[in-house]
Amino acid sequence: MKKSYKIEVDCANCAAKMEDATKKTAGVKDANINFMALKMKVEFEEGADPKEVMPRVLEACRKVEDDCEIFF
Amino acid sequence: MTKKQKKNLIRIIAAAVFLVILHFLPLTGVVRFLGYLIPYFIVGYDVLLKAGKGIKNKQAFDECFLMAVATIGAIALAIYTDGDYTEAIAVMWFYQIGEWFQGYAVGKSRRNISDLMNICPDYANIELENGQLEQVDPDDVEIGTIIVVQPGEKIPIDGVIVEGTSTLDTAALTGESVPRDVTKGDDVISGCINQSGLLKIETTKEFGESTAAKIMELIEDASSRKSHSENFITKFARIYTPAVVYAALALAILPPIVTYLLSRDVTFGIWLYRALTFLVISCPCALVVSIPLSFFAGIGSASAQGILVKGSNYLEILSQTKTVVFDKTGTLTQGVFEVTAIHPSEMDARELLHIAAHVERYSKHPIAMSLKNAFGEEADDCQVTDIEEVAGHGIKALVNGHVVHVGNSKMMEAINADWHDCSTHVGTVVHVAVDGKYEGHIVISDVIKPHSADAIRELKRNGVSQAIMLTGDTKKVADHVANELKLDQAYSDLLPQDKVSKVEEFLSQKKHENDVLAFVGDGINDAPVLSRADIGVAMGALGSDAAIEAADVVLMDDDPLKLATAIRISKKCLRIVKENTWFAIGIKLLCLLLGAIGIANMWVAIFADVGVMVLAVLNAMRCMFIRAK
Repeated sequence: MKKSYKIEVDCANCAAKMEDATKKTAGVKDANINFMALKMKVEFEEGADPKEVMPRVLEACRKVEDDCEIFF
Repeated sequence: MTKKQKKNLIRIIAAAVFLVILHFLPLTGVVRFLGYLIPYFIVGYDVLLKAGKGIKNKQAFDECFLMAVATIGAIALAIYTDGDYTEAIAVMWFYQIGEWFQGYAVGKSRRNISDLMNICPDYANIELENGQLEQVDPDDVEIGTIIVVQPGEKIPIDGVIVEGTSTLDTAALTGESVPRDVTKGDDVISGCINQSGLLKIETTKEFGESTAAKIMELIEDASSRKSHSENFITKFARIYTPAVVYAALALAILPPIVTYLLSRDVTFGIWLYRALTFLVISCPCALVVSIPLSFFAGIGSASAQGILVKGSNYLEILSQTKTVVFDKTGTLTQGVFEVTAIHPSEMDARELLHIAAHVERYSKHPIAMSLKNAFGEEADDCQVTDIEEVAGHGIKALVNGHVVHVGNSKMMEAINADWHDCSTHVGTVVHVAVDGKYEGHIVISDVIKPHSADAIRELKRNGVSQAIMLTGDTKKVADHVANELKLDQAYSDLLPQDKVSKVEEFLSQKKHENDVLAFVGDGINDAPVLSRADIGVAMGALGSDAAIEAADVVLMDDDPLKLATAIRISKKCLRIVKENTWFAIGIKLLCLLLGAIGIANMWVAIFADVGVMVLAVLNAMRCMFIRAK
């Protein structure tokens, strides 16, 4: 399942780091962040519940970029 | 400006005011140090906090950490020598200015670009039982709902008109400025602006599946397909920052040890200062932000002209297009048949067309349609009876008491009419005989698009060396079009699978590995070729999902000239990307070198970091303003 979320982040480098962090989160198959459009596309693993995975994604992203925001 | 930007701007100004005041106060020693800490914390507290958190989260090499180390180090050096604190504060100050500017510029261009592509309405009108209109979220509108579009509004969802007539402005989708007339029963697509009348539309798709929403999604996703330049920069940044940090560390430790061993003179301060300069230069921001920004802006300016580029990678390789292979029908030609010549033997040209049109009265054949269209008012009071279709030959009928045969040469042979072929025009020749006597012929052919010749010329001017046409049509027609448009090669009588093998043949004949072959087709039956070519360009994708899926570049308004525009945008964009890459890397390396040997001080380092970034971002924003000629 693929879902797209609006995000808020200040710099392109941080966006790239968030992308890496998201990809490593359990339950996420693949992720892609578009810094210019401020959009994040997450592909979830089979059977994963986005409602359950996304808070962990946010937590992982906050670790690499403290003041980022994901709207889910 | 966002709230955050406003706050940061105030901080930047406040710190500057403090610095100026402190400059004129006769403070010394500890008081002076504490005084200077005020503007330092005002402008840099968030950076310091972030650096602390970064260390806690094991993300040491982020820019905040580098800035924090560089400035704290510089302040420590200033305490040690009771020297100048301004330098450290200025580093932080300029860093914040750079961040602020970057945020502002990116936000600004983000808004500009989405304005350019602003085709998605954010509401739909639904008529309530009492006749009032209610605005609802288009996402909530189900298929089959009747929505109301008032003059001046955008159509939010694809559908069919059930009531009303109007003219639609399709410019946002196609770049085409001529409005389109629509009436009851017509299919309409979202994103068009309703110009004159009130329309009631029965939706046939969901909002997310509608043209406008799909196109927006494509454009927004386009910049996530990364180009080579972007990948290069990401890799470069990953190596560059740690490399510079380690170099700084080495610079701070090794030379003092060496000099200590050689002469027992400790020169720790100078080398520490030089190492700190290194840290300031080590941030790769200028590159990391300016290159995606260039591509995003380029894709934005292309879509403003009705050119949909589906990825930064395609925008990048478009500039190296050396061979363009065209499909004929619907690409270089209109794909609709029109009367191009009327050659009567004796009677008036108009009269010949008149008779021919009458005979075709009830036929729906494309040739019949074009004859009727050319004549205009076919349904006059002439008597047309006994219409008889002769398979493979044509049509025979009684017009005002005369037997009229309209058909091909076989039909003329069959009735022994003294026919002759057309000597000047190429196309389908329709012969006309009245009462067995040959009266002349009408030539019907597919018309070459008005911009096709310009397109070929412009492509040649933009570095394309081969323009080739593939068609399923006959050799005679193919040669005629190729001649008219000055194409390099034309291949006729091809089946769709032949087109694939031809394109594969051209691909294997490339002179250089980086040369790009683009295939341009109308997307209807050439999807395999579109995906086989380096770049597949689909024409007139309005409403055709299959073409949008298969192609890499979509020319929304059917105009082949737009391909040349796309290549121009690609070239300019790439030139800007190259300028930025080499300019930024060059300046940084130069400053590193100068810093290592002690010529460049921290002020130069600030320029290498912030100045270069500002210049690169400004340069990148030029991609937004590439206009069609």
